[in-house]
Order: sequence, then structure tokens, then C-alpha cells
Amino acid sequence: MTVEITINGVKAKAEKGESLLEVIRKYGFVVPSLCHHHAVEPCGSCRVCLVSVTDNGRTKLAASCNYKVREGLDVTTDSEEIRRNRAMVLELMLAESNAPQVQKLAAEYGVTSSRFSTEETKALAAERDGCILCGLCVRVCEEVVEVAALNFEGRGDKRDVGTPYQEAPQNCIACGACAYVCPTDCIGFVEEDGVRKLKKWKRELPMAKDPSGRPIAPQFQLYYFTQKAGLPADFYKKGGPGSR
Amino acid sequence: MAKINSAKELQAYKDEVVKKVEAAGKKEVAVCCGTGCQAYGAKDVVAAFQEEIKKQGLDDKVEIKPTGCHGFCERGTLVLMHPEKQLYQRVKPDAVAEIVEKTLKNGEIIEAHLYDNPATGEKHKLESEIPFYANQKRLILSNNGEIDPTSIDDYIAHGGYLGLAKSIEMGPEKTIAEVKEAKLRGRGGGGFPAGVKWELAAKQEADQKYIICNADEGDPGAFMDRSILEGNPQAVIEGMTIAALATGADTAYVYVRYEYPLAIERLTIALEQAREKGFIGENILGSGKNFEIKINKGGGAFVCGEETALIRSIEGKTGIPKPKPPFPAESGVFGKPTNINNVETYANVPGILREGAKWFTSMGTENSAGTKIFSLVGKVNNTGLVEVEMGMTLRDIIFKIGGGVPNGRKFKAVQTGGPSGGCLPESKLDLKVDFDSLTQEGSMMGSGGMIVMDDQTCMVDVCKYFLGFLKFESCGNCTTCREGLRRLHELVSLVADGKGDENTIPLIEELCETVEKGSLCALGTTGVNPVRSTLKYFRDEYEAHIKDKKCPAGVCTELITYEITDACTGCLVCKKRCPENCISGDKKQKHVIDTDKCIKCGICKDACKFDAVRIF
Amino acid sequence: MDTAKVEAIIKKHNGDATALLAIMQDVQAEENYLPREAVEHIAKKLEIPISRIYSMATFFESFHLEPRGKHICTVCMGTACHVRGAQRLVEQLERDLKVKSGGTSEDGLFTLEEVNCVGACALGPLVIVDGKYHGNTTSAKISKVVTEIQKVEGGK
Ligand SMILES: Cc1cc2nc3c(=O)[nH]c(=O)nc-3n(C[C@H](O)[C@H](O)[C@H](O)COP(=O)(O)O)c2cc1C
Ligand code: SF4
Ligand code: SF4
Repeated sequence: MTVEITINGVKAKAEKGESLLEVIRKYGFVVPSLCHHHAVEPCGSCRVCLVSVTDNGRTKLAASCNYKVREGLDVTTDSEEIRRNRAMVLELMLAESNAPQVQKLAAEYGVTSSRFSTEETKALAAERDGCILCGLCVRVCEEVVEVAALNFEGRGDKRDVGTPYQEAPQNCIACGACAYVCPTDCIGFVEEDGVRKLKKWKRELPMAKDPSGRPIAPQFQLYYFTQKAGLPADFYKKGGPGSR
Repeated sequence: MAKINSAKELQAYKDEVVKKVEAAGKKEVAVCCGTGCQAYGAKDVVAAFQEEIKKQGLDDKVEIKPTGCHGFCERGTLVLMHPEKQLYQRVKPDAVAEIVEKTLKNGEIIEAHLYDNPATGEKHKLESEIPFYANQKRLILSNNGEIDPTSIDDYIAHGGYLGLAKSIEMGPEKTIAEVKEAKLRGRGGGGFPAGVKWELAAKQEADQKYIICNADEGDPGAFMDRSILEGNPQAVIEGMTIAALATGADTAYVYVRYEYPLAIERLTIALEQAREKGFIGENILGSGKNFEIKINKGGGAFVCGEETALIRSIEGKTGIPKPKPPFPAESGVFGKPTNINNVETYANVPGILREGAKWFTSMGTENSAGTKIFSLVGKVNNTGLVEVEMGMTLRDIIFKIGGGVPNGRKFKAVQTGGPSGGCLPESKLDLKVDFDSLTQEGSMMGSGGMIVMDDQTCMVDVCKYFLGFLKFESCGNCTTCREGLRRLHELVSLVADGKGDENTIPLIEELCETVEKGSLCALGTTGVNPVRSTLKYFRDEYEAHIKDKKCPAGVCTELITYEITDACTGCLVCKKRCPENCISGDKKQKHVIDTDKCIKCGICKDACKFDAVRIF
Repeated sequence: MDTAKVEAIIKKHNGDATALLAIMQDVQAEENYLPREAVEHIAKKLEIPISRIYSMATFFESFHLEPRGKHICTVCMGTACHVRGAQRLVEQLERDLKVKSGGTSEDGLFTLEEVNCVGACALGPLVIVDGKYHGNTTSAKISKVVTEIQKVEGGK
């Protein structure tokens, strides 16, 4: 069903239930975000995509990524209040993350250091290596790759992102989707000496090679595809997809 | 046991039960077996009574009834003797023989077991004379002292399921209209009109709808829902069934905390009995409608009391709240329309149907009809569960019913609304309690916790306590809530440790705005209430911690020292008990604490019989 | 843990993946914690990823991934207990049992835990030792309760 909403005074059309952030961006307005990716369900974790929404006569700030569009919404994407609160969100984030991407966005909001920084937060930030616990990696692995090797752990201020029992997940195919969507580049996806590594998950998989010795993909990943797609067991051995 | 198939059969069955009870002519003795009284040994009291009436040959004259919580937990184990409603308090198993002999056999009153009013020194014989009970209006809780929660016949004899019968007769639309007219507002915290919610769920087109009863009761210091489920589970089942027929649902979940084993046990028995009688299951009361209720045990996460998180948890996932709309009534469990209400909300429904909306709105205030149950706890004489008409003042609840602050100390604050409620000072004591008035003053009704604090409670410490709770219980998804509450906790801890400076309070206030405005669910958005309300009403205490490096209440360990005064008789007791061996002094000589080694555990202060250990 | 026991529990819930929370609770009730083999077995049987069970097990307070002590001491940390000094009881028990709150003593005898509120506020402060409620307690009284157990266990 198509509904009509207003964004910064401009009338806009959208599908009911669509992500408000995506509609806002379609109409050319700029709203920052770190935890959103169109390929996965929005989860409203980072909170930097805050906008002001008037819905049914009530006005409040809300994360736009997981706000489902409904008829008659009146949205403002920039104001003193919005900037002030986004800046505070970024200042909070800056205390737990040293990622250049976070620093850059924070600087755009005039935040160059965090008043919440302590020795403890610095140690935590170093340990997390930039991760902002947005969970894009978890969601993409579950929803898109359908392997679900990763998970959230704990809750509240103990929340973390990781793998079961903090061990290398045996079902991870090292496809790198998590590293691709990660807004802070903190997963450590590399290929060294014929081995693909995802440092954050401690996963290392040897690469299969084509007849000329060039690496194609991790052996286990090919095996996974063979199984999943019902291909003959020697499908990739014959020279891989290119030789068909 | 045969099923009951119509309103007529129900009435007949009720008459039969009542007649049977009358014919037996037994004197009923209700022994409170709520969790509180059980902890005092209520089960042993029941066993002692049963043995003793047999021994003294009163089997056919006296019936011992283990019941749900009577509310006056402070004085457990409570023994209420019908029909006069004589109350014996603090009954121990070894007192039972005498009670049976003197009171039950010969009608003699044993003074020692009567309630003695600390204010007047008077002894009260009847439950209704005790101020704790006299000032209450017990619609829901009254049954707790009357019926055996494991006997559906008892419930039926007290008018049980007549509300359901009436609602079937009226049909869904009129039932919803009645609940709307009664202005029943959700007792789980939000205070949303139940009838409006039911209507929204009823309106949805769907092949399947659900009912949920929220019995997660995660607020620390609250146990209303537990006591209802333990003492009168059938009322909740009846209320849920009425809601199901009104909204068109056929399956329900009761989501109960796993820390409530007794409630789960009682509810399980009650469901079994309701099914046997045909109040749930297939063809309810001959209506042709079916309805099944299942129990889900919560996993122990406060945030799962939030309705969307609760729904995810029922679906077998972690409890991360979702944005609303869509509301559960539109898209709830497995995406189906779902009506979710609190235990106490459902427990109010049968009465409304039975007695009518007018009866219900005759109680309470304009916009908050009926009664509300509070758990009155903390630094108050009469700890327990109290049910009062909406609109009673805080002062009446705390001083008339609660009997004021113990040990002659001074009242300082009352905290309402659970961890995300607020602390109100003495100047707000004349506030008439209802949903709107509390919110206006920066606190909230919440589910009904009411924690009284005296001058030995430090408000900075209390604020720190709630923030510690909330940061631990946040689901952790929103940066503003996860990091925001954590930083608020750090900042308030800084104040408590005497390390705050002139920038601390402004930063706290600045951060509060973003935690409130930037978080998704009410855990985050109202999580700042404890900070805001303590800063608003008790700012001087914060300032004392920051500027004078003093904790006026003598709580914050970094800012206090334990010292021994001249009242010391040199009895050696504290010296022996100190875990750090940092008290020196010979027998009959004044002792001294080595403040450098002292860990401020307070054991010496507890141990001293002469009140010679003081906090400075 | 016996796979047969896990099987039986899964069967009781008709192998229904939406009953995951209940299945995990039943396993935990049997073993006092969630053994890794059981987690892996549930995942396999219900065809759900281990990651999902792991995130549930760490999200909900009632689950434990490590074996717990023979005796369990739970200190209620509800507001009413807090204002009546529950924190000091935790500290006392930490000293007596030589274990940090949340941990299990080295000899595997005691686990010391905190709970948000058990709703027995009139009895605060309150400690539950092996299911028994010790209401209106003090550091000295609760210390005695656990040292009694320690004595009995030590004598064996
Ligand atoms: C963090 C949080 C915790 C909650 N805990 C409870 C609870 O323990 N019991 C309850 O009935 N409602 C609780 N609620 C309120 C529910 O979300 C919901 O409003 C309520 O169950 C609706 O029922 P009612 O309309 O009958 O009150 C909580 C809300 C939040 C945000
Ligand atoms: S690793 Fe990257 S994608 Fe995953 S939670 Fe951290 S920041 Fe987000
Ligand atoms: S406000 Fe807090 S508890 Fe609520 S969804 Fe956000 S992080 Fe979770």
C-alpha cells in the first residue's frame, strides 16, 4: 500500500512498512547511520539516524532505520535538537570505539573527544578494536548468508558480539560478508599464504585452488555450496564454475 | 468431575457448593501460605494445625485452609479465623496446640497472638480493626484470605466464573463496551485503557489471535502479581478467558518469572481444575468457543517484561524490544494479533463483568477507576501488600496503613514505579495517588512498588542502585541505553565516591536528555527518572557529596568512617567479630578502630549492644 | 549429560523450536547448568544454529554455562533489601565462602549469586540457601548458616 508522508516539508510517497531512513535517503536528504544495511532487517542499534517524527499528533525523536513508514508521518531530519542528540550519541560511542569511521562522523558533529573516556574505556576500546556492537555482522550472517555462525552475547553493558563459546565457529564459511558490511572494518578479513582468515572470529580456512594454482575460495565454503545447492560432489574439482 | 455447560448449571453448582459448606458448618481457619509466610514456616503451622485438630477431636468442626498472601507480611505467619475474622499474627508451630485448645475449642482469645498497635498500644482482635487493614479497599486481595487457591469450588462459591458467564451472555461487543466504560487501565505500568486495547485486537482480521498475561514482574520491591497468582489464580484465568472471547483469541500464554515457583505451581493446578470444569478448553461453558492457556517461564531478564521483548521471548528468541507501531494488538506473537495485559489487570475483569462498570467507576478517581495494589516495603513499619482506592494520598498509605517509619527515624522519600520510577520527598506526601498524578511529579505508577526511605537512606546511593540495575538489565541494543546508562552509573558513582566536581551534575543532566530521547523502549526512555527525580528533590545531597565530600545519610563508604564513642563498655564483642581484625582495646577499656584498615563492613556497628559504634 | 535425557526433554516439547527457552530451562533444571554437549545436541535436533542458543543462554539470567556449586547461596538485591543493607551480606558471604559474587568456590561447594528481587520484601534483607529462605537476616546470622554447611561438608 502506498502512503504519503512529509519529509522536511516535502511530500513523499512510500510503501507502508518501509524503513523510514531508506525513504528519507531516496528523497535526497542526508541522515547519518552506522548500523544500517539495506540487505538486512534494520535494528536501530547505533541511534545516530535519529530524526524527529510526528505520528498521530505526537512528536518525538526516533531512530529512522527501524521506524516503519505509516500514512501521514511528518518528519524533520535536521534541527538543533537532533544535532545535539546525535552528537551525544557519537560522544558515547567515541568512548568505546577508536574506529576512524566513528571519529570522522563524530568530528562532523563537532565531537573530537569524549568526556566519558577513562582508562577503563580506553582499554575496552582497544580490546574491541573499533567494534560498536551494531551487529550488522551477526545479522548478515544469519539473514543473508544463512550460516548464523555469529551471535550477540550477554545483555546490558555486558553485551558483546562474538561466536559461540568464543571459539572459531565450525560452520563459518569465511565468505567475508560480515567484514564487507562492518561499518568499522574491525573483523580483520585477510588472505595469507593460501589461507583465508577472519581474525575477530579466529576462523582460518585453507583455500581451494583452480588448476592454475590461483585461489578460488575456501575449500569448506565450496563444500557448503555444493551441499546447499545440491551440486555433484566433484563440481568444483572439475575446475570450478568457470569451466562449465 | 463433570463439565459445567451453561450459566444455569454454574449457578446451580455454586448453590450446591455453598450449601455443602454450610451444612458441614465448619469453622474455617485460613493460614497464610504466601511466599513470605512460608519463609516464616507457614507450612509447618498448617501441619501442626492439622495434627492438633485431629488430636483434639475437632476434625469435623474446623477446616484448616492454606491460602494465598493476606498482605501483612511483616507479621507472618498470619492465621485468620472465620467467620469472625479474628487475626492471630506471628504464629509459630509450637503455639498451635494452645490456639486449638483455647481459641478454637473454647472461644478464648490468646492476647499474646493479637496485633498490638505500636502507635496506641492497643490490642486488636479483628482483622478489620487493625489500621493496616481498616484503611484498605480489598477488591482483589480479599479473596486471598478466604479461598484455598488450589480449590476451584472455593472460587466458585465466592462468585467465581459468574463474570465469564455474564460476558458470554453479553457477547464480545458488549463485553468490550463494559470494560471500556469501567475505565479499567492497565496495571502493568503504562495505564493504557484495557477496553481500547481489546477493541483494537478484536478489530483485526486474522486466522489466529493470542492472549498474553504479563506476569514477569521484574520490578525489584514488587510482588503484587506473584501474590495474586499464588492466592487467587482462578481470577486471572477468568479474566483472560473473558478477554479471549471478547477479542476472538483461542490461545494464551502466561509469562511468569522463573523465580516464582509457587505461583507457577498454583497456576498449574488452577488451570487443570478450570479445564475439568469446562471454563477453559473446548466449548467453554457451552458457548461453542475454545480457549487454551499455556505457561511460559521467563528466563530472568527484566526487559522481557516489556511487551514486545516478552513476545520475542515467547517465540524462542532473545528479548530485544521492537519499535511500536505495530502494536501487539496488530502484530504480536508470530505476527498475529495479540492482547497483552498484566496479571492485576486481568484479575479486575471478572468483578467488572459481574458487578458492572458503574460499580467499578464508583471507586477511585475520575481518570483512574478502581483500586490498585501496592507493595509497601523498605523503611516502613507494616511491610506488605496493600490495596487501596485510587486517589488515596501517599501520606495515608505510608502512615495510616504502613504505620510510618520504624525506629523513630524520619521519613525522607518514597520511591514508586520500579527502577524507572522516581523518588518523591516529604513535600509531595499529600499527592493523591493515581496514574496521572505520579507521572506529573516525575515518578510513575509502574506496577505498584512503593519503597519507603528514611534519613539513613542516601539518595545518591539509591540513584546509583537503580542505574546499576538498569544498565545490567538493558537489552543492550540501543547505544543510548547501553552506553548511556552505564556512563550515568559511572558519573553517579563518582559523586558517591566523593570524586565528583562542578562539571559532574551538568554532564549528568546533558546525558539524561539523550538517553531519554534517543532510546527505543521505556527501559531507556524512563531509565533517567531516578536520576532526574533525585536531582530535582535531593540536589543538596549530591552537592554535599561533591562539595563537602560528605554523605549526610552515612551510607557511601568512601565518605564515611566508623568510630567508637565513649559509650563503649569494652565488651570485646566488636573486636572479636571484625573480619579485618582492626579493632583494638582491652576488656573494659574503650576500643578503637584502625580507620586505615577498616573496610566499613558495619559488622561492629550491628554487633554493639551499646550503640557505641557511630558513623562519621 | 546423557543424550537420552536431552532427547526426552526435547520430545516432551514435541521437538518444537519455539519451545527453545523451555527446553533449555528443563535441561538446566536437570543439571544445574547447561552442559555444552546438551547445547550442541539441542541445536542439532531442533535444526537451529548453536549461536542462537548461545546468545539466549547468555542473555537470560537464569542460565549458566559453567557447572555450579553443590550449595547455592542467592542474595536478594531488590530495592527493599538494598535499603536494608543487602550489599553487606554479599560482602560477608564473599569473605566466608572465599568467592566473588557470581562465582563458584574452588572446592565446588558453593556458588554465590545475586538476584534482582524474589518479591519477599517484607523479609528483607534475605538470602536463599539451597532453596530455603533466610529472612530478616544479618551478616552474623547468615555467616553461621554457611559455616554450618561448611562444617558438615568438611566432616565428610
Ligand atoms: C522495561 C519494562 C519492563 C516491564 N515490566 C513489566 C512487568 O514486569 N509486568 C507488566 O505487567 N508489565 C511490564 N511492563 C509493561 C508492559 O510493556 C505492558 O505495558 C503491559 O504488560 C501491558 O499490560 P497492562 O496494559 O495490563 O498494564 C514493562 C515495560 C517495560 C518498558
Ligand atoms: S564487528 Fe563490525 S559489524 Fe559486527 S558488530 Fe562490530 S562494528 Fe558491527
Ligand atoms: S531502550 Fe534499552 S532496553 Fe530498550 S530496546 Fe533500547 S537498549 Fe534495549
